[in-house]
Amino acid sequence: MKNAAKKIYIALIVLFLYAPIGTLMVLSFNASKTRAKWGGFSLQWYIALFQNEEILRALFNTLVIALVSSLFATVIGTIACIAMTGMKRQAKSILMGITNIPMLNADIVTGVSLMLLYISLGIRFGMGTILLSHITFNIPYVILSVMPRMKQLNPSTFEAALDLGSSPLNAFFKVVFPDLLPGILSGFLMAFTMSLDDFIITHFTKGVGVDTLSTKIYTEIKKGIKPEMYALSSLIFVIVLTLLILINLSPDKKEKELRYGGKNEKK
Amino acid sequence: MTSKKNWLSVPYLFWSGLFIIVPLGMVVYYGLTDRTGAFTLENITAIASAGHAKALRLSLLLSLISTVICFLLAYPLAMILAQVQVRRHNFIILIFILPMWMNFLLRTLAWQTLLEKNGVINHVLTFLHLPTLKIINTPAAIILGMVYNFLPFMILPLYNALAKIDPNVINAAHDLGAGHIHTFFRIILPLSIPGIISGITMVFIPALTTFVISSLLGGGKILLIGDVIDLEFTKTSNWHLGSGLSMVLMIFILVNMVLSAIFDKDGEGSML
Repeated sequence: MKNAAKKIYIALIVLFLYAPIGTLMVLSFNASKTRAKWGGFSLQWYIALFQNEEILRALFNTLVIALVSSLFATVIGTIACIAMTGMKRQAKSILMGITNIPMLNADIVTGVSLMLLYISLGIRFGMGTILLSHITFNIPYVILSVMPRMKQLNPSTFEAALDLGSSPLNAFFKVVFPDLLPGILSGFLMAFTMSLDDFIITHFTKGVGVDTLSTKIYTEIKKGIKPEMYALSSLIFVIVLTLLILINLSPDKKEKELRYGGKNEKK
Repeated sequence: MTSKKNWLSVPYLFWSGLFIIVPLGMVVYYGLTDRTGAFTLENITAIASAGHAKALRLSLLLSLISTVICFLLAYPLAMILAQVQVRRHNFIILIFILPMWMNFLLRTLAWQTLLEKNGVINHVLTFLHLPTLKIINTPAAIILGMVYNFLPFMILPLYNALAKIDPNVINAAHDLGAGHIHTFFRIILPLSIPGIISGITMVFIPALTTFVISSLLGGGKILLIGDVIDLEFTKTSNWHLGSGLSMVLMIFILVNMVLSAIFDKDGEGSML
C-alpha cells in the first residue's frame, strides 16, 4: 500500500515533467498547421523539415556551439581542477567561489554582463561571442563534476609514476587521466546539454542574422511556431533517448570500461 | 609537485577574470553612470518607480510561491528516490535531466496547448466531471511554468543530499526510540540542509529573473522584472538603466550566495 503510493507519486511527477514533451511529439504528427486543432496523422512536417534551410542552419549552429563550447570548457575545466589540487586552501576556495558565480548568478545578468563586455571590447557579435559565452557558463559544470573525482584520487600513484621514471605528462595520461575520465565525460555531457538548452545567454550575446534553435524559436513565437520545429525537437529527443538507453543498458559494464578501457587501449 | 603545477591555473584564472569578473564590473560601471559617463544613482533608484517596483514585487511573489511549491513537491520525491539502490543513481539523475534535451521554449509553449480552454487538461477534467481550469495568461500559469522548468533543479540537490545520509544514522535514531516524525525533524531534515539551500537557490534565482516564461504563459501583459531588463537591453537600448536594475537583482543573488556559502561549505548539495 505504502509502496504503491510512492510509485504513484513518482509517476505523477514524471508525468508532469514529460507531458509537454508528449504534447510536442503529438503535434509533430498533426496534419493541421495550428496547435489548437488535430487535423489527422501526417508525416509532412518531417519531410518539410529537411527542406527548411533556416531551421537546418539553426540546428547546425546549435550543434557546433554545443560541441565546441563543451570541448573547450572540458579542457579548461579539467586543467583548472588539476591546478586547484596544488593550491593553498584559501586560494582554492576563492577560485571555487568564482567558479560558482555563473552557476548561482541569474542567466539574464550573466547575459547582459557579457553583452556589455563585448560591446566595450568592440568584439563583433556573432558565432564567436556565443561560443565565448557558452564556454564561460559551461566551465563550472565541468569543474563541479571533475572535482569530486580529483578528491578521491590517490596522489601517491602520480608520484610513484614519477619515481619510476615517467615524465609528468606521461604519468598524468597513464595514471591520473583514466581515473578522472568518468567525471570528465559527465562534465562534458552536462555542459553539452546546458549549451543546447540555453536561450537567455545566447539571446543577449548573439549577433543579427545568427540564430540557434532557441533564438529561432523565440522569434517565431510571435508569428506562430513552424510545425517543422516540433518535428525537429521530437527527432532530437528520440535520438538522445535511444542513445542514453543503449549506454545505460549495462551501467556496470560502462563503469568498468571507462575505468580500465583507457589503460588497455594504450598497450 | 605543488609548485610545478601553478602555471596550470593560468588559463582558468585568465578566463574567469575576463569573462566572469570583468563583465560584472561592467554592469556596475554602466549601472552607476549615465549616458554622458557621469556618476549617478538614478539607474538604481529607478527600481522604486511605480512600474518597476510593481514588476519586482510580482517577480518576488511569483518566484517565492514557485520555490515553495517546488520544495513541497520535490522533498517527498527525493526521500523516496534516496531509498532506491545506489547503482540506479545515474538513471534517476538522467530522468530529470533528459527533458532538457527538448528545447525549453517549446516545452513551455506546450503548456499553452495543455492549458487552453479547449486544451487537453480541460478535456480530461470535463471527462471526470471536474470544474475546468482557466489559468492560461494569468499569474497562475506563470507559476506553473516556473515550477515546471525549475523543479528538476530542486529535485537533484535534495536527492543528492538525502542519498548521502548514512542509513545507520537513521537506524540509530530508531533504535534509540525516536519515532518517524521525530527522526525526520531531528535527523533527516538537518542533514539535508545543504541540499535544501542549494535547491532553493537553483529555483528562486532563475524564477525571480525569468523573462521568457512570463511572455510565453502570461499572454505578454504581465511584466516581471526580467521582462523590464530585457526590454531595456534589446528594445530601448538603455543599457545604463538595464544595468542599474540588474544590480538590484544582484543584491538578491548575493544574499543567496552568502547563504549557500554558509550552509553548504563543501558543496555537498550540488546538483551533480
